[in-house]
Amino acid sequence: MAKKNEKINWEYAPAPESTGHVNLKEQYDLFIDGKWVKPDSGKYFDSTNPANKKKLASVAHANEKDVDKAVKAARKAYTNIWSKMEPSERAKYIYRIARLMQERAREFAVIESLDAGKVIRESRDVDVPLACNHFFYYAGWADKLEYAFPNREVSSLGVAGQIIPWNFPLLMAAWKIAPALATGNTVVLKPAETTSLTALKLAEIIEESGLPAGVVNIVTGYGDTGAAIVNHEDVDKIAFTGSTAVGKIIQKAIAGTHKKSTLELGGKSANIILDDAPLDQAVEGIVNGIFFNQGHVCCAGSRLFVQESVADQVIEKLKHRMNSLIVGDPLDKNTDIGAINSKEQLDVINSYLKIGQAEGATMYQADCAVPSSGYYCRPTLFTDVAQSSRIVQEEIFGPVLTIQTFRTVDEVIQKANNTPYGLAAGVWTDKGSRIFNLTTKLRAGVVWANTYNKFDPTSPFGGYKESGFGREGGLHGLEAYVKLN
Amino acid sequence: MIFTEAFLRSIPIFVGINYQSMAKKKGTTTFSIPDFTQSPRIDKVGVEERVSRFQKRSIKKEAKMQGLRMALNMIDLTTLEGKDTPGKVKQMCFKAAHLHDVHPGLPTVAAVCVYPSMVATAKKEVEGTGIKVASVSTAFPAGQAPLDVKITDTKFAVDAGADEIDMVISRGKFLSGEYNFVFDEIAAIKEECGKARLKVILETGELVTLDNVRRASDIAMYAGADFIKTSTGKIQPAATMQVTYTMLEAIRDFKLKTGIQVGMKPAGGISNSKLALHNLVMVNEVLGSEWLTNEWFRFGASSLANDVLMQIMKTETGVYQSSDYFSID
Repeated sequence: MAKKNEKINWEYAPAPESTGHVNLKEQYDLFIDGKWVKPDSGKYFDSTNPANKKKLASVAHANEKDVDKAVKAARKAYTNIWSKMEPSERAKYIYRIARLMQERAREFAVIESLDAGKVIRESRDVDVPLACNHFFYYAGWADKLEYAFPNREVSSLGVAGQIIPWNFPLLMAAWKIAPALATGNTVVLKPAETTSLTALKLAEIIEESGLPAGVVNIVTGYGDTGAAIVNHEDVDKIAFTGSTAVGKIIQKAIAGTHKKSTLELGGKSANIILDDAPLDQAVEGIVNGIFFNQGHVCCAGSRLFVQESVADQVIEKLKHRMNSLIVGDPLDKNTDIGAINSKEQLDVINSYLKIGQAEGATMYQADCAVPSSGYYCRPTLFTDVAQSSRIVQEEIFGPVLTIQTFRTVDEVIQKANNTPYGLAAGVWTDKGSRIFNLTTKLRAGVVWANTYNKFDPTSPFGGYKESGFGREGGLHGLEAYVKLN
Repeated sequence: MIFTEAFLRSIPIFVGINYQSMAKKKGTTTFSIPDFTQSPRIDKVGVEERVSRFQKRSIKKEAKMQGLRMALNMIDLTTLEGKDTPGKVKQMCFKAAHLHDVHPGLPTVAAVCVYPSMVATAKKEVEGTGIKVASVSTAFPAGQAPLDVKITDTKFAVDAGADEIDMVISRGKFLSGEYNFVFDEIAAIKEECGKARLKVILETGELVTLDNVRRASDIAMYAGADFIKTSTGKIQPAATMQVTYTMLEAIRDFKLKTGIQVGMKPAGGISNSKLALHNLVMVNEVLGSEWLTNEWFRFGASSLANDVLMQIMKTETGVYQSSDYFSID
């Protein structure tokens, strides 16, 4: 028998995912017209692992001339091949890409974790399978567009310029490329500068799939590369996911041109816990809502609203749960929260932690160990905040939660909607009628009931107000890439 | 209606007073009995999601060895059959103390679990080993007997030397909404236990919903359970991780409200090491390491021990051995 008061300490031994099967080149060029080409400027930048600051590979920095080359290749492929191809043939290519990705799912997951700092559990179970599913799903639509838009004549747009963020690098590439190809468009895609590697690995797969040259072009680089795509006159459509600030610049730049656009921007989404909710599951939903992917989620449930009668209980349970989260090596299978994507982002998060404290809010951080090298932030929550606090109003994009209480349903609807954003919301209650009441009144593109951060290729995603416009995913996601007559 | 002494003792007002004085004795503040119809609601989908997180923990190397040894030491080695005889029970008791003597230094199991008629035999066999004797009671497994029969059953087991009593709740009464009846019955058996620790079996396979599991857990703990236990092992499904998780959350909330620590015993269906380790991960993360001893956590199992032994030998030697190298009881 174990003796009374004997202190048991059961620490999980490290369980790192192996990186032996990963095939990364030292240097990556641009993928234009089906070939790997050196950048015009001859410049390369480093892609580093945010968990240990080590360099993973150098990546080409594309300038205007490179972008022009990519757009021309895309135009040529569009005019000569892709727009003329039988839709069922297009579908076969998209299926092939999906299958090749699945076959190399493990390699994609490990590279994503290395490059972005996200935990292997999420890249393995969420990012990569969802990315594959997007290709599978849109492959199915390619030859059924007339059924998607009954009694309309459907045609493709041309060349789509796509700019994606660093929070879900491969998944966002899939969200963008799959519907564009299914509807008969060609693509010039720019990944974010801190997370180019999985997009480049995707380019290798596209090459392997035999997709006609120029249908998908991948140009890497910084904001100037993105600007070159946005300003290129032969681009018919801009699809952007990223910050609201950049989204506004893009919209100004394309005003008065023929370019169509969809923007998926920031958010400050409300997660609402009513007093009759299953509280332990709601706490889990809070954790998934704000700490999933280190809080680098545009639809993160970063504003928590708890009905006053259960607030103390929820906060106590939440703190307890936060203390069981493991922060550390993203490649360890037991890690719950990985590394912050970049030093820049960590600085942003830390500045908000200071702002919150200066505003008089009470800060609580999980008492977990954090690795000494690399960019890490403890799971954090702020209580004693107000609707007028900056940390409640501004998007932090990190593992930082603010908690407000409310008394009545009407009050929480008003407060939840009182934001320039409108991307997502969560509602937790045992009563179906309350769910329907809230979901119809919350002005957000996605409202989850008794769950949070659930994604599926069949479900449209997008925002209200400054969270952007246009929908990605599902049937609605096709509309952004077609002309209807 | 005949008012027996036991029946009178089970009247709620007496139970409440007894209970509050007991709580005080344990050095905690007194508390009132809640309205069990208001027990927290449980969302099944959310529970499944949470449980899958425990199942994804990867337990390797030293952590695995430590976990396996803990699991062995938490087992209530069980035989509960109509055909049980002293001969069978004696052999099982020897196994309980000598799990795998070719590998010295292994812990023993926590307890042996038998029917009341076998308690005396078991008690004699495990003497001096530190292994406890647990006895099922209260007309196990159905519990369809009058309270005085259940009390007599319990008294018999305690008198025969049982250190622990595993009672069953009246599921029929519970499902017909008679929560006070269930509460009073548990409180009456608790009194009869004396120094023996009381494990209350909810038989979750018959309660069906997680809302019911939560409510029954609350009733059992407020009525005086030292342990709550999932199942008799006679009904499927038994100790699923979803059910155990729901009960662990109830235990945590009870500790927060009353300061009283209650133990947990999943029983039935945990037949391999992986499942046992997942259960321990769950206890560790929901309740904390204070529960990671056999004083507060048990596995009710008959075949788990050999699988754990097999894994321990595999971890040490690098190869799996045939099941013929491990004694069946």
